[in-house]
Amino acid sequence: MDQLILFVKQLINGIQVGSIYALVALGYTMVYGIVKLINFAHGDFIMVGAYVTLATVPFLITCGLPAWACILVAVVICALLGVTTERVAYKPLRNSPRISALITAIGVSLFLQNAFALAFSPEPQAIQTIFRLNAVNIGEIQVAGVTLLTIVLSVVIMLLLQLFVKKTKMGKAMRAVSEDSAAAQLMGINVNTTISVTFAIGSALAAVAAVMYCAIYPQVDPYMGSLLGLKAFIAAVLGGIGVIPGAMLGGFVIGIAESMTKAYISSQLADAVVFGILIIVLLVKPTGILGKNVGEKV
Amino acid sequence: MKLSATTKRSNLVNLIGSAVLFAVIMALSAAGIIDRYLQGVLIIICINIILAVSLNLTAGCLGQLALGHAGFMSIGAYAGAIFAIYSPLPGEITLILSMLIGGAVAAVFGLLVGIPVLRLKGDYLAIITLGFGEIIRVIMENLEITGGASGLRGIPNNTNFTTAYWVMVIVIAVHFTLMWSRHGRSIKAICADDIAAEAAGVRTTYYKVFTFTISAFFAGIAGALYSQHIGLLSAKAFDFNRSIEILVLVVLGGLGSFTGSIVAATGLTTLTELLREFSDWRMLVYALALILVMLFKPSGLFGRYEFSLTRLIDRIFKKEKGSKPSRGPEKKLPKKEDAKV
Repeated sequence: MDQLILFVKQLINGIQVGSIYALVALGYTMVYGIVKLINFAHGDFIMVGAYVTLATVPFLITCGLPAWACILVAVVICALLGVTTERVAYKPLRNSPRISALITAIGVSLFLQNAFALAFSPEPQAIQTIFRLNAVNIGEIQVAGVTLLTIVLSVVIMLLLQLFVKKTKMGKAMRAVSEDSAAAQLMGINVNTTISVTFAIGSALAAVAAVMYCAIYPQVDPYMGSLLGLKAFIAAVLGGIGVIPGAMLGGFVIGIAESMTKAYISSQLADAVVFGILIIVLLVKPTGILGKNVGEKV
Repeated sequence: MKLSATTKRSNLVNLIGSAVLFAVIMALSAAGIIDRYLQGVLIIICINIILAVSLNLTAGCLGQLALGHAGFMSIGAYAGAIFAIYSPLPGEITLILSMLIGGAVAAVFGLLVGIPVLRLKGDYLAIITLGFGEIIRVIMENLEITGGASGLRGIPNNTNFTTAYWVMVIVIAVHFTLMWSRHGRSIKAICADDIAAEAAGVRTTYYKVFTFTISAFFAGIAGALYSQHIGLLSAKAFDFNRSIEILVLVVLGGLGSFTGSIVAATGLTTLTELLREFSDWRMLVYALALILVMLFKPSGLFGRYEFSLTRLIDRIFKKEKGSKPSRGPEKKLPKKEDAKV
């Protein structure tokens, strides 16, 4: 019985981490779907979001506002950062070889990391408690309030995003641009605006992920985003890149796999297992679990 | 047979050029102008040149972005160092054997990583190699034979300038010869358009894996040289940032130009030594350099241009036949390093 409880606890842990991966993976998937670029800086947007949280929480508390309002600040700042990055660094390279855009993305990622390491300090800093929620008891298992909030929030956001992409005009424009941006432009779609909106949404999701991450692991450092971002990218590939529910599914799978490895095998090997999953997916079904096979046009 | 004659001449010219540069550096050392510290810097330059040129083979010539070069270097470094520690043979032979062992082990890993990933199109190689580099680092930090987190100590200092220099010359010569051969043309064809290359009968997957493995092999050799120069290995030295540092050399010099890689490796290594007190800013500057080069001069300093010593000599002596397009395997180090030293 104890074994079972431990297992369920690890499962819940995994789903919780997985929800955060899923939020980040949604951003990756949207951006990759529309500009076919692995936005290496996406993980660092999380880091920026976390630093914004670090800075705004004490301010909000002294103003007598609830600490969770920092989500709004983080979302706005990260969205602006995402749009600016796209305009300054990626847009000029839209028609260049992919390797150029990829190198630029790595450059942006490193730039953010090192700029924050110089501006603040490379050492981790502690963040105050953001959410004060009561734990919930389900049978013998106690689930922290933050855990439930994270899981529910990420599922709700995924559903909203799916609705947005499928039902709204802007969502339709996004799908059109990702299908064929030149044809979309001929149909009167403003490709630049569409791409900017995609980056804004993706980065805003990174900000939400950042706040939830800080709520669970209350510390920030300038390099926190890179590994988190990578794992989220793997989640996106696993679920099928460009597919919104796929990102969610991939995030949960990666989160659970990681938490189980930590609990039952070795915490050192968790990262290796995640990358192992990526290699297996690429070998067996490169389009991901929910991805469709698309023939290549020459 | 005419080509063969020009090739022989070109090879001879390059050999002489390399030997002259070597003699100059040795003479300066004997005269005391190059002290032990500068010799150390020169060895690091040689190692960085090997790393940059071998990464350029994958990133520049093949057009596939690999971000785990430091991982292969680390495999070569540990394999070579462990062999060197237990080897009863004299230093020089140990060094040569350890380089071959380090290179071979790195190549095996390159093959294992390359086969699944290079079958796919797209940017997966970047992600997998990045992840691979990190996994290697974690494993090295936890294995007993690699000394764990405290690092591997007591590696004999077998690397000296002479070996480092000549290994570098051989590596560069191999790269030029490869790229001017039939295989090199296949690699270039894949870079230009892999679908067209495949339609023309180039075995794209074979050549991608082949190039990637060769690249890993030379990174392993550089690692073995490095380990026996430094004498102490810690896995942290081969993290993602190290891979990026090598990538910066390649991008700055020009993707696809070995000349560019050599100049960039020489120049940036020297600058890094000169600007030691600003080392906190180094990665920030590298990041900016990557972005700015890609935005404003994506071809880097040299584009795909290759310097040719034979061509230069022909031009200087204004040979009656006019400068014939000589085959290329030239090591253009002479000028660059002379200028620096």
